[in-house]
Amino acid sequence: MLAVWNIDWQTLVDAVAQGAIYALMAVGIGLVFGVLRLVNFAYGQLVMAGAFALALASQWGWPNWAGILLCFAAVLALSLLEDRLVFRPLRGHSPAVMLVATFAVAFLLQSVALLWFGPLGKIASSLAYLNRPVTVSGVDIRKITIVAIVAVAICLVLLFVLLERTTIGLHMRAASMDFETARMLGVRADRVITFAVVVSGLLAAVVAVMLTVQTPLVTPDFALRDTIVVLAGVVVGGMNRPIPATLGGFAIGFADGLLGGALPTNQSQYLPSFLFAAVILVLLVRPRGLFTFGKTVERV
Amino acid sequence: MSGPALEVKGLDVRYGGVQAVRGLSLTVAPGEIVGLIGANGAGKSSTLHAIMGVAPVTGGEIALGGRSLRGRSPEHIARSGVALVPEGRRIFAELTVEENLRLGLAGRRGRGGAAALFESVFELFPMVKQFRRRHAGALSGGQQQQLAIARALVAEPDVLLLDEPSLGLAPTVVDVVFEALAAIRERGLAVLLVEQRAQRTVAAADRSHVLANGELRLTLGPEDADDTEKLVGAYFS
Repeated sequence: MLAVWNIDWQTLVDAVAQGAIYALMAVGIGLVFGVLRLVNFAYGQLVMAGAFALALASQWGWPNWAGILLCFAAVLALSLLEDRLVFRPLRGHSPAVMLVATFAVAFLLQSVALLWFGPLGKIASSLAYLNRPVTVSGVDIRKITIVAIVAVAICLVLLFVLLERTTIGLHMRAASMDFETARMLGVRADRVITFAVVVSGLLAAVVAVMLTVQTPLVTPDFALRDTIVVLAGVVVGGMNRPIPATLGGFAIGFADGLLGGALPTNQSQYLPSFLFAAVILVLLVRPRGLFTFGKTVERV
Repeated sequence: MSGPALEVKGLDVRYGGVQAVRGLSLTVAPGEIVGLIGANGAGKSSTLHAIMGVAPVTGGEIALGGRSLRGRSPEHIARSGVALVPEGRRIFAELTVEENLRLGLAGRRGRGGAAALFESVFELFPMVKQFRRRHAGALSGGQQQQLAIARALVAEPDVLLLDEPSLGLAPTVVDVVFEALAAIRERGLAVLLVEQRAQRTVAAADRSHVLANGELRLTLGPEDADDTEKLVGAYFS
């Protein structure tokens, strides 16, 4: 069957890795949506900022660990700034106002990157060696593919432990179900939101590292396409709960990777059309989301 | 007895152009049950929501142990010692019974001793202990109501607000809820009880205020519980 669709094992493994990275982005977006009922459209720009941090560290000749630390610091700092300057002051406003605010943040960050680094961007080459293949059972697999799958699996397990086994995780889950009741029980809104933003930022930094290895040229629109595809995946999966959102992210990343491998090179420009046609079809059949069962919530 | 645990003075609540509560004043002392009764839309739930900081207060004062709560966030009010059992229970159906109870700890002022606290609410509601590993959504309405009260109690509040705790429950379960209220009063909590079951509330409470159009119209004592004419008259005054 794989041969019929012109898909080899390497494409399949790459598609799993892409699905895994998109799943992580979906969790990051889903965590903030859970507590704020808001889609953070600036999520891709957080990833972009982390990627530029890696590129700068690479340019300065910093060791890889220092570059990764700088990437995490930059993304976390921006996430906290976004929380303090945008999410917190606007929390009581309508979801539409907050949505437009995240658009503004996205364009602001992109414009700043354009001013600082120019349209041609920078190269983050220090981790490029992870693109070299290793041969497993006769199949050439890029090291980053294995690293991405393992890193995402570790992140998801840690996130599961955090949400299921800690008090702050319990508060976050309750807040995502019924924030008003959670607050009336004493759950601190600011603390829960900040925590969700920080965890979401940490995941964005992990994504930045992995995407930068795959695509070392970092430009101001870095991760923009990925974010749009992931947002579609989150909606397809069902954004009101982390697990459906994660599955949606994985599904669309996997489909994207698979279609990218299956389509002949001269037809690859049609990939987004195929992908979003599939999204529309899924939403027509299951408007609540592919992996959501039970009542829906307002989507913004 | 010391002063009131909860004091509401001249409370006004307004939703846009609708005045839900007008100049309401009441007090609840430790170990007291005070009832708020009245027809739908009389302003009972709005009063509780105003105390919890989730309804727009446009006038008056709300104080807990002499400290003002007006303008405070719901979580601050909960952590100050006020717990609400909301109408419709609003338990977290996808969480387990035990996780719902653990959420109640968020409103506690102290730390430690959670196990002893849980045991004390299990004494009142053995069902909660029996089903603590189940998803709360799998419980019956009466069991969910017991869980909602237990969740409020683990916060060790000074003031317990109950919004229609008997709504939609079978008579036997209503008995369990009212028996629990009597036991809670024995523990020294100040209880403000909003109810539709007027006769039952007037009988159980130390005094009951009748609200109509957001205003306090009449105050009844337990001795008025069997005076049907007076109760009906109070509703239509």
